[in-house]
Amino acid sequence: MLETIWMIFIGALEEGLVYAIMALGVYITYKILDFPDLSVDGTFPMGAAITATLITRGTSPLLTLIISFIIGALAGTLTGIIHVKCKVRDLLAGIIMMTALYSINLRITGGKANVPIFTKKTIFDYEFLKGIPEAIQPYTVSIVLFIIVIIMKLLLDLYLKTKSGYLLRAVGDNDTVVTSLAMDKGYVKIIGLAIANAFVGLSGSVYAQKSGYFDIYSGTGTMVMGLASVIIGINLFKRLTFVKATSAVIIGSVIYKICVAIAIAFGLETSDLKLITAALFLIILVVSNDRKRRAKNNA
Amino acid sequence: MLKLLNITKYYNPGTVNEMCLFNNFNFVVNEGEFVSVVGSNGSGKTSMLNILCGSIPIDQGQIIINNVDISNIPEFKRQRKIGRVYQNPALGTCPNMTILENMSLADNKGKSWGLSRGTNKKRIDYYKDKLRSLNLGLEEKLDITVGSLSGGQRQALALLMITMTPIEFLILDEHTAALDPKTAELIMELTDQLVKDNNLTTIMVTHNLRYAVDYGNRLIMMHQGEIIVDKVGGDKKNLKIDDVLNKFTEISVELGN
Repeated sequence: MLETIWMIFIGALEEGLVYAIMALGVYITYKILDFPDLSVDGTFPMGAAITATLITRGTSPLLTLIISFIIGALAGTLTGIIHVKCKVRDLLAGIIMMTALYSINLRITGGKANVPIFTKKTIFDYEFLKGIPEAIQPYTVSIVLFIIVIIMKLLLDLYLKTKSGYLLRAVGDNDTVVTSLAMDKGYVKIIGLAIANAFVGLSGSVYAQKSGYFDIYSGTGTMVMGLASVIIGINLFKRLTFVKATSAVIIGSVIYKICVAIAIAFGLETSDLKLITAALFLIILVVSNDRKRRAKNNA
Repeated sequence: MLKLLNITKYYNPGTVNEMCLFNNFNFVVNEGEFVSVVGSNGSGKTSMLNILCGSIPIDQGQIIINNVDISNIPEFKRQRKIGRVYQNPALGTCPNMTILENMSLADNKGKSWGLSRGTNKKRIDYYKDKLRSLNLGLEEKLDITVGSLSGGQRQALALLMITMTPIEFLILDEHTAALDPKTAELIMELTDQLVKDNNLTTIMVTHNLRYAVDYGNRLIMMHQGEIIVDKVGGDKKNLKIDDVLNKFTEISVELGN
């Protein structure tokens, strides 16, 4: 019994870590930029599609991570351009991108809605990982995931402390200030969306390698999941100022996955997953009710 | 030198609500002038500032700064030379960033926004000195977020930030209107000090006639998109609040109020 619970926990932890990278991306758009970016529902499976396709062709697993990151950034840039240059509303810009990416993802895989890579070498199969002591060998996946997540978190933390990062935070906080600084706020938003979707693309790549396949539907609900993680994390650690928002988001993602795992353990079907996601998200929104209005430019 | 030449601006063109705000409007501000702008609501004061800064487009005319036509230059590029302080104290600062981060942002205006450290540690003492000059004790609160400051403190900070890097023109859009009388007084004195220290050409829109009369070296009154009073130098010095008030009454009678 205890062992089963432990296994469920480890499973949830792994899933949570995979999606934590995506949640960091959503944190950038939703919390920093104040931009509900739905294109992540397309960039997440895009990372998976690229990875599955490249790995079947023998590309190094590590390299697929980097490629997914870059292609994700490109997709984010496009969303940004649609929003800023074509003046399409934020939500709609994301929906347009998400819809377009569905077809593009199928193009990437050559029309296949499902690409298995179970038998192929992934980031979890590198030789040096066999050197991990016997006792913690079963947790290899968790360890690898943990390392990737921490690297990405630290990179994001570092970026947010740079001049460019300051500008990104300023544009979400009060874009009038960015204009006052003689900088184009649209350009800064595009950069933010690029970085966010790069994270999501990378997350999709890790997801494909962990689960062993690409599935065209794996992106549905990504945004809601990311939002749930962000809101859980941020609200849980609101009073603990020593916990960085990025750490809070990662923990939020793991907690979210544990909640889902518990719901399934209590007899709900995996097909109910999206319903659970939606219900959980609604509860979180109602409880936290945090969408505070910002000072809008009324000049 | 700042010129608005033959500006024409219609609101809601082509609809039944079409309204002509400016028709061949001309306004020239010479270097070193501190112009107070008064006028009733809807007289075009704020619209004039918006046109100047590029927040709203014009239908016809030219906006010229130092002999360069900037009519087609986007808003954010114009801000290299222009600093603007708004009525709403929340608009000049980033509420979720700390005082130090806000100061660092302001300090970097006109420089590159690359991947170097956002806050230059060597500049912190300089920021503290600047903040100390406000006499609000902000220099001790570098790491608290600006959102927890009062409106007056934020407005003072906004003024400081906008004048930290070299600008030529300062645009004040009723910047004391949302503050209590005592704080407004403080901000007004600070404004005057900063304008003198940095030798800024300033346009200040205000509803406070005393500030309009006491500060600056030129006063204009606007009415229905036109300048109806323009006092410079000695004329401005001898101007009394009552003179301006009488003019206001005159306009109101004209309008049948």
